Amino acid sequence: MAFVELFLTFFMIGIVTFGGGYAMLRMIQEQVALRWGELIPVESLTNFVAVSESTPGPFAINMATYVGSVVGGDQGGFGMTVLGSFCATMGVVLPSFIVILIVAKIYDRFRSSKLVKDAMSGLKPAVVGLLANAILGVLVEVFAPAGFAWSLFTTSAFYISLGIFAVTVVLAFKKVHPIILICLSAVAGIAFGYLGWL
Amino acid sequence: MKKLWQIFVSFFRIGAFTFGGGYAMIPLIQHEAVEKRKWVTDEDILDIVAIAESTPGPIAINSATFVGYRAAGVLGSACATLGVVLPSFVVILALSFVLSQFQDVQAVQYAFNGIRVGVLALLVKALWTMYTKSPKGWAAYVVMGVSFLLTAIFSDIVIYVIIGCAVFGIVTSRIMERRAQ
Repeated sequence: MAFVELFLTFFMIGIVTFGGGYAMLRMIQEQVALRWGELIPVESLTNFVAVSESTPGPFAINMATYVGSVVGGDQGGFGMTVLGSFCATMGVVLPSFIVILIVAKIYDRFRSSKLVKDAMSGLKPAVVGLLANAILGVLVEVFAPAGFAWSLFTTSAFYISLGIFAVTVVLAFKKVHPIILICLSAVAGIAFGYLGWL
Repeated sequence: MKKLWQIFVSFFRIGAFTFGGGYAMIPLIQHEAVEKRKWVTDEDILDIVAIAESTPGPIAINSATFVGYRAAGVLGSACATLGVVLPSFVVILALSFVLSQFQDVQAVQYAFNGIRVGVLALLVKALWTMYTKSPKGWAAYVVMGVSFLLTAIFSDIVIYVIIGCAVFGIVTSRIMERRAQ
């Protein structure tokens, strides 16, 4: 029963949230508090959000897998944990998958229709604006994690970050593989971290 | 069969190296699916992200499913989605047993401080690629500016911005055609 509830809850969350993982966060918080509040207190979920940022994979999948593992694990051992994760993850992925398959089929047929073309002429620049906003979010997180203050410019972390950013941006435009860039920046983070500069 | 395997492997790699949400995946998709495999073009990516934004569900899953579909139909989309989900699933499941210890590992914190900067650089490049493929002209610049400002100021309005921009696109196209006549 717990597994059906996991699947259905995350299926519903997958259907009703637009605009990516972070839009999903509040919905997940609400549903978790409502259904599994005793198993997963608010602080655990908040902590996990932080963990999820430093582990690979789409945010939404990480959240679903985590909630599923806790709720499933409550039913028994290792097998139940895996099953719980599986149900929640399937639930959050399936709506996307089905909707996109339908939309992709329709889009391939209507992409040259006038209405779709005109709508896309507004949507494409909107995507540029939305991505710019996402970048702003990361920019603040990287350079001013505790909010803006003039004292920022006296910290070594600011200049080290700026240096890593300058190097990686040049490499990115030189079409170095993104995975290599991610690994390089991780190594730089560890090195400067232990030096106490970042 | 070989192509399906390639799709799975590419998206597995993409899933394993995406940190922090769907947008961070765009540069990786551009590299794997456009530059390396040529399953789609840079223009397609812009279309695909626009559609991923305007349909329910995580952008990452939506984009993966769509690229997979373009590359090899329904089976392609299944392989892409499975590939992109699997690394997350395995890593989180493994972590769920040692979660409290993981948060305390200093090297992980340091590595992530670096990775965030790398992701920022990748996103800047992705933004540039998308900008060059986007329509230009006053209407397009208005949409870019307004969608940026609105989402920067208000939270939870992405879907309204998307609907508004689609309608704006339709209306301005009509107006410009009427003027041209």
